[in-house]
Amino acid sequence: MEKFITLTSTIVPLPIENVDTDQIIPARFLKATSKEGFGDNLFRDWRYDKNNTPIASFVLNTPTYKGEILVAGKNFGSGSSREHAAWAIAGYGFRVVVSSFFADIFKNNAMNNFVLPVVVSEPFLAEIFESVNSDANITLTVNLAEQTITNNSTGKFESFVINPYKKDCFINGLDDIDYLLSKKDQIEQYEKAR
Amino acid sequence: MKTLFDKIWDAHVVSTVDEGPTQLYIDRMYCHEVTSPQAFDGMRNRGLKVFRPEQITCMPDHNIPTLNQESPIADPVSKIQVDTLTKNALEFGLTHYQMGNEKNGIIHVVGPEIGLSLPGMTLVCGDSHTSTHGALGAVAFGIGTSEVEMVLATQCVFQSRPKTMRINIHGKLNPGVTSKDLALYVIAKVTTGGATGYFVEYAGEAIEGLSMEQRLTVCNLSIEMGARGGLVAPDEITIAYLKGKEYSPKGVEWDQAVAKWKALKTDAGAVFDKEVTFNAADIEPMVTYGTNPGMGMGITDSIPTLESIDEASRISFVKSLDYMGYKPGEKIMGKAIDYVFLGSCTNGRIEDFRIFADYVKGKKKADNIVVWLVPGSWAVDKQIKAEGIDKVLIEAGFQLRQPGCSACLAMNDDKVPAGKYAVSTSNRNFEGRQGPGARTILAGPLVAAAAAVTGRITDPRV
Repeated sequence: MEKFITLTSTIVPLPIENVDTDQIIPARFLKATSKEGFGDNLFRDWRYDKNNTPIASFVLNTPTYKGEILVAGKNFGSGSSREHAAWAIAGYGFRVVVSSFFADIFKNNAMNNFVLPVVVSEPFLAEIFESVNSDANITLTVNLAEQTITNNSTGKFESFVINPYKKDCFINGLDDIDYLLSKKDQIEQYEKAR
Repeated sequence: MKTLFDKIWDAHVVSTVDEGPTQLYIDRMYCHEVTSPQAFDGMRNRGLKVFRPEQITCMPDHNIPTLNQESPIADPVSKIQVDTLTKNALEFGLTHYQMGNEKNGIIHVVGPEIGLSLPGMTLVCGDSHTSTHGALGAVAFGIGTSEVEMVLATQCVFQSRPKTMRINIHGKLNPGVTSKDLALYVIAKVTTGGATGYFVEYAGEAIEGLSMEQRLTVCNLSIEMGARGGLVAPDEITIAYLKGKEYSPKGVEWDQAVAKWKALKTDAGAVFDKEVTFNAADIEPMVTYGTNPGMGMGITDSIPTLESIDEASRISFVKSLDYMGYKPGEKIMGKAIDYVFLGSCTNGRIEDFRIFADYVKGKKKADNIVVWLVPGSWAVDKQIKAEGIDKVLIEAGFQLRQPGCSACLAMNDDKVPAGKYAVSTSNRNFEGRQGPGARTILAGPLVAAAAAVTGRITDPRV
């Protein structure tokens, strides 16, 4: 897995609250049995009309906005536990999602796919939306080692929280299963002792 | 002094990573066809066997057609996904109740029904409505596919310890108010993300007075306010429900289990991170008017006005009402609807069918609407027929379909067309949830029955 330390990128703004995983990837696209190809259907019903024509006004269809950082309104990823939502976001090419609040299961799923969810304060989020409104080419810098996110158009930055274990997984490209497998003896001991 | 959640969680901690997540032991995992194939692929790629196959039960439910299950699934992509689960269960040696098996149905209906979900357990499934099983007094929560693979490989998941919240419901529910209304009321108050980061315990006189099936409905909807899960302390109702079920303990083991279950309650004086209280008497039949389950109101209420919404939330509010074709400040009672769906892991149990049938008995289905009545499992279907409920439904002009998730998320053929309104007893009114462009009004089985008879959003109490 690609190691993540710091990323500076232009952003794709999605100032909608409560973006649920049915919007991120509608259920009818969950029938695949691999993890590939979900990026093509990211935000499918906001991105394409019923004749599969791109909807010009949707942010992913406007050439103005591009980048590896998605910035969304509060409570991003609510609803279904489908990891397909994280696969779609990663498959499309996003490496970071910024919001003031994430749903729990989505947050775990994103991290398990090396998409970094960054929680910022509501004023900081509002300011990012203002900055990108006046200049679509603004960039954010996410520094995982320092746990900071900087709005490069204003120079303001905030610290964000990530537990040290997960941070280590991102920086070194490690996954949970390898770690759990190394603990099998302990699991068997637990089973015997209960 | 510990909460019930803390007692169960603590008893399942294998280790805690320094400053990191908990390695939590999982007693039981359910697998369905949508969120498991990539996890089984991961196992194959790593050359692993399932660590504790006897603790895992598989069944397809999301893609299952609700007509002609005797024939192969017509949609080739759905068929591949369902067949993949069959193949994986066989290869990895897991119990599998395939389509048409008498124990097949929606996994969250079947698990409690056959006694696989028991008090004090930790339970997971790659499905957010796994919270349902909390009604038995278990810590049950939805996980992603990577986490399904962790459980297949090690019977453990990594989880951050959630905070605890107690939701107290004082008093008794009014006549004509179901446990679905109670849950939609709580979600509207707490909001769609208001319990994120928390594990909820439901308590109080109104909760204690609910049957097990009604509690399953309440716990099922915990995720709709963002909660990791929700549970109810086991009591005599729980014990009576579990007694004699196929997988419930038997003989001496049963007596020992009951003794243990009786101790599963929050200690007096235990402190929750958050506590909220509501009065059952304030709850009337509920409907949703927007595109998340928190956008709910009493059936006689009006949609909030634009001015009453936080400025930051107005864009989302307007987008939501535009989608629904409703206006701020208006009532939706009396508005015409096109579809009614009774079913899902929320309201697909025998009590839901009894409520629906009692209301429509002697009345007739409204013309020009489509009504899908989908039992949550074959066991529910069997009970419907044993009680003669099917005859009541047929006489009133309805047709009973075969079990599955059906129109709750429209992965099979049961899709509500674009622009059409559906009164649905399911759990999500998200945009496109019941089909691209479909407009969902969430409600309980009684409001659904009234809508099925009048073709309009109707107060079942009058």
